[in-house]
Amino acid sequence: MGAEVSLRTTGGPEHHAPVRRSWADPAFAGLARACGIAVLILISGIIAVMLFGGRQAFSTFGLGFLTSSVWNPVLHHYGALAPMFGTIVTSFIGLVIAVPLAFGVAFCLTEMAPGWLSGPLGTAVELLAAVPSIIFGMWGFFVIVPIMAQHIQPALIHSLGRVPFLHPFFSGAPFGTGLLTGGLILAVMVTPFIAAVMRDVFNSMPPVLKESAYGLGSTRWDVMRRVVLPWSRTAVIGGIMLGLGRALGETMAITFVIGNTNRISASLFSPGNTIASLIALEFPESEAGSLKLSSLLALGFVLMVISFITLACSRALLRRGRLVR
Amino acid sequence: MIGLAFTATAAQAVDITGAGSTFAAPIYGAWGAVAKSSIGVALNYQALGSGAGQNQVIARTVDFGASDAPLTAAKLQTNLLIQFPTVMGGVVPIVNLPGIAPNQLHLTGEVVAELFSGAISTWNDPKIAALNPGVKLPDTAVAPVHRADGSGTTFVFTSYLAKVSPDWKSKIGAASSIAWPSGAGAKGNDGVAATVRNTEGGLGYVEYAYADKNHLTTVELKDKAGAFVAPNLDSFTKAAAAADWASAQNFAVDLLDTPGEGAWPIVSATFVLLPTNPKDPARSAEVIKFFDWAFTNGAATARKLQYVPLPAEVQTNVRHAWTNVAGAPDMSR
Amino acid sequence: MSTTMPDLASAAHRRHSGLLRRRRNIDHVVTALCAVATFIVLAALVSILFTLVSNGIRGLTFSTLTRVTTPPGNGGGLLNPIIGSIIQTAMATLIGTPVGLLAGIYLAEYGAGSQIANAVRFVSDMLLSAPSILVGLFVYLILVAPFGHFSGIAGVAALAILVIPIVVRTTEDMLRLVPLSMREAAAALGAPRWKVIMLVSVRAAKRGLMTGVLLAIARIAGETAPLLFTSLGNLNWSVSLGQPMASLPVTIYQYAGSAYDDWVQLAWTSALLITAGVLLINIVARVGLRGEDR
Repeated sequence: MGAEVSLRTTGGPEHHAPVRRSWADPAFAGLARACGIAVLILISGIIAVMLFGGRQAFSTFGLGFLTSSVWNPVLHHYGALAPMFGTIVTSFIGLVIAVPLAFGVAFCLTEMAPGWLSGPLGTAVELLAAVPSIIFGMWGFFVIVPIMAQHIQPALIHSLGRVPFLHPFFSGAPFGTGLLTGGLILAVMVTPFIAAVMRDVFNSMPPVLKESAYGLGSTRWDVMRRVVLPWSRTAVIGGIMLGLGRALGETMAITFVIGNTNRISASLFSPGNTIASLIALEFPESEAGSLKLSSLLALGFVLMVISFITLACSRALLRRGRLVR
Repeated sequence: MIGLAFTATAAQAVDITGAGSTFAAPIYGAWGAVAKSSIGVALNYQALGSGAGQNQVIARTVDFGASDAPLTAAKLQTNLLIQFPTVMGGVVPIVNLPGIAPNQLHLTGEVVAELFSGAISTWNDPKIAALNPGVKLPDTAVAPVHRADGSGTTFVFTSYLAKVSPDWKSKIGAASSIAWPSGAGAKGNDGVAATVRNTEGGLGYVEYAYADKNHLTTVELKDKAGAFVAPNLDSFTKAAAAADWASAQNFAVDLLDTPGEGAWPIVSATFVLLPTNPKDPARSAEVIKFFDWAFTNGAATARKLQYVPLPAEVQTNVRHAWTNVAGAPDMSR
Repeated sequence: MSTTMPDLASAAHRRHSGLLRRRRNIDHVVTALCAVATFIVLAALVSILFTLVSNGIRGLTFSTLTRVTTPPGNGGGLLNPIIGSIIQTAMATLIGTPVGLLAGIYLAEYGAGSQIANAVRFVSDMLLSAPSILVGLFVYLILVAPFGHFSGIAGVAALAILVIPIVVRTTEDMLRLVPLSMREAAAALGAPRWKVIMLVSVRAAKRGLMTGVLLAIARIAGETAPLLFTSLGNLNWSVSLGQPMASLPVTIYQYAGSAYDDWVQLAWTSALLITAGVLLINIVARVGLRGEDR
């Protein structure tokens, strides 16, 4: 497809007088730059609102805000640790499941499936990406949670829950909701996001590169591992980041299945909370100007920082990977 | 075509906007639908939650706010608001115990508090057995489920627990969201009901209308007189009748555990907050016109949706309170 | 074509059996795992669709689509939320997409080594994970509180802000994958840079860019939290952007937890409508793209 487009579009430019070039180019560059800066200002504004709104919580609790797992609206004591823990654990579980799934789907779509199948299959994945988050929540709550409560959790508690070392991770009452269920729902949600991006990335690879590798006797997996993945690494990570972003900030779906309890427990079945769901659940009931509202905004800022750190780490990893190569 | 037709009818009616209590949303919506055709007031009421109702009317982004928790006199004064009740309703505990029929289990407020605090951890605890002679109680673990979203229902329920259990009051307290000592949370009445349904030994609390429509397993609670009472519109009405309205400041009446015989102990009113200095007095006048109409004509609709209408003398006092709103029409009669 | 290549290649090299057999075994294992992964994802999709259709289809009647919302028990429909959702989602996409595209172009084509570009990239990625309710709060502070009333335009603004980072991320990634040689070819023919970008790079990457826009639409079409405090919702018929405006997600949010069967039914039907609507947009866009390719 790429070659075809380039042939068609490069035919045009000579129709245009050089006079127009003089202002059109800087104007376009300026417009693009202006949009970039507008995005920067807009988003900085949002982050500033959180930081400014959260200053009361930061000044009241100091560093204790980050290290306390107490969330007590009656005593006006708020700590961010429990929802931070829940956010990181569920996003981690979600990505650990979603990335291999998404890769498998993208590999299937681009390298394995015959043409008649890859079209409908691709549409199916896009369809899953198109399902709104509140519907994942309803599905999770009405379909997955009962299965978890009645089958999976009791089974895991009776098997892995008896293994000495693993015991703490698989104990507790089988409510069906909790960190594991939250991570599962996130995985189902972000898989199509990552898969859709991976598919486009793999597809946009110039066919000649792959064909030469196949010509040398490579298997499909060899081509994927040695040619496609190294070539598309940045964009693949970009797709995973897109998925991680959605997982970290996901609100409605996780709210239905996380169990919504501000406690930290090693068990994957124990009800937990995430930053986004705690904000969404408590925000409407927070009095304007109260310490609670300030703590919620501070939580939002903490989430921004968590996502900043993950982004910075992924960028650093990418850069190092490139140097090694 | 349809659009044109609707715009035409909407243009004749004055649109008023209200937001707040989720508990009150069905009745305000039902009243609004009839009021549009009969008195030409088109109400747009949005259930954002009681706290949001308070915040939005203070920020003056809505014509009125609605809240299940009353505001303090001081807050009403600084924010130039008046407050009045509109309807009342009950909150009920629900359980999931195999072999236990609706309203078969007898509990007291203290026991409910201990179940939610984790002090009682199995259903065949002697304290429960003593209240239920002849009932076969399973040795299932108690799995308390609470509202995860900040909610007026939680405010009412925890206020009741704090009122009947000194231990709960000192250690946990009452608010629209609290630090629950045990159990799991779920979003909304539906979330609590479904989680209780999924979990054997589950115990939760929901608005009565939700329990009634979905045939949930409710329990009987001990009233102040010492008898066990089933939750229904009748026992809520008795609680409302027994309340001490006269000494309630700004109508912030206490309907919890009222002394009336056969009175359901967990009943609360829901309130409307109205600015005394509206930026658009004409719209506030419409709000008053709307609730005046609702008080006169809306009692049957309220009962149909499982709410208790206000007693007549309270309505008279509310009509009098409206005269504090600048530009208000005189509705006292 | 790519499926026959390895077969030919492997047939030719069967002699180097040891290493080759191992590589082919690995290939088979990976292929099988990928098929399993695809099956799992499809099973999840089928389960979700089945849940949606089996719960929502009963409410999908003519009166649901033509009547406005009413109190429980009065036979109401979803006309105002449907129209409100279409208006808000469409306007937010129309506003957010060009801004996101241009910002993405700036990052991919002009921003190399620039500190500002790095900052834009970073905050945009951070916004991907911002809880959407905080975006709603931001818009509330600048478009609702100062004007003293909720409005459809505030809802549009909140959704448009959510569109931007998704489009920025995909635009930059996809543009970077367009081979340099294609741009050089166009530039060598004397095309000005903006034309090279718009007619060569953007065209070559348009499938990926379209994926970004579709993901963004999918995300905002189902967003509840940023609308609660911006467009609020409207029980009555209104298409005025200056007034509170209804939407399907807010309707789901308020109806799903209610005690009334007809409201719960409408919530499921709303869910079905949103999903079907987003899917329809997806298919139309893809078919449109494919038609243009020929």
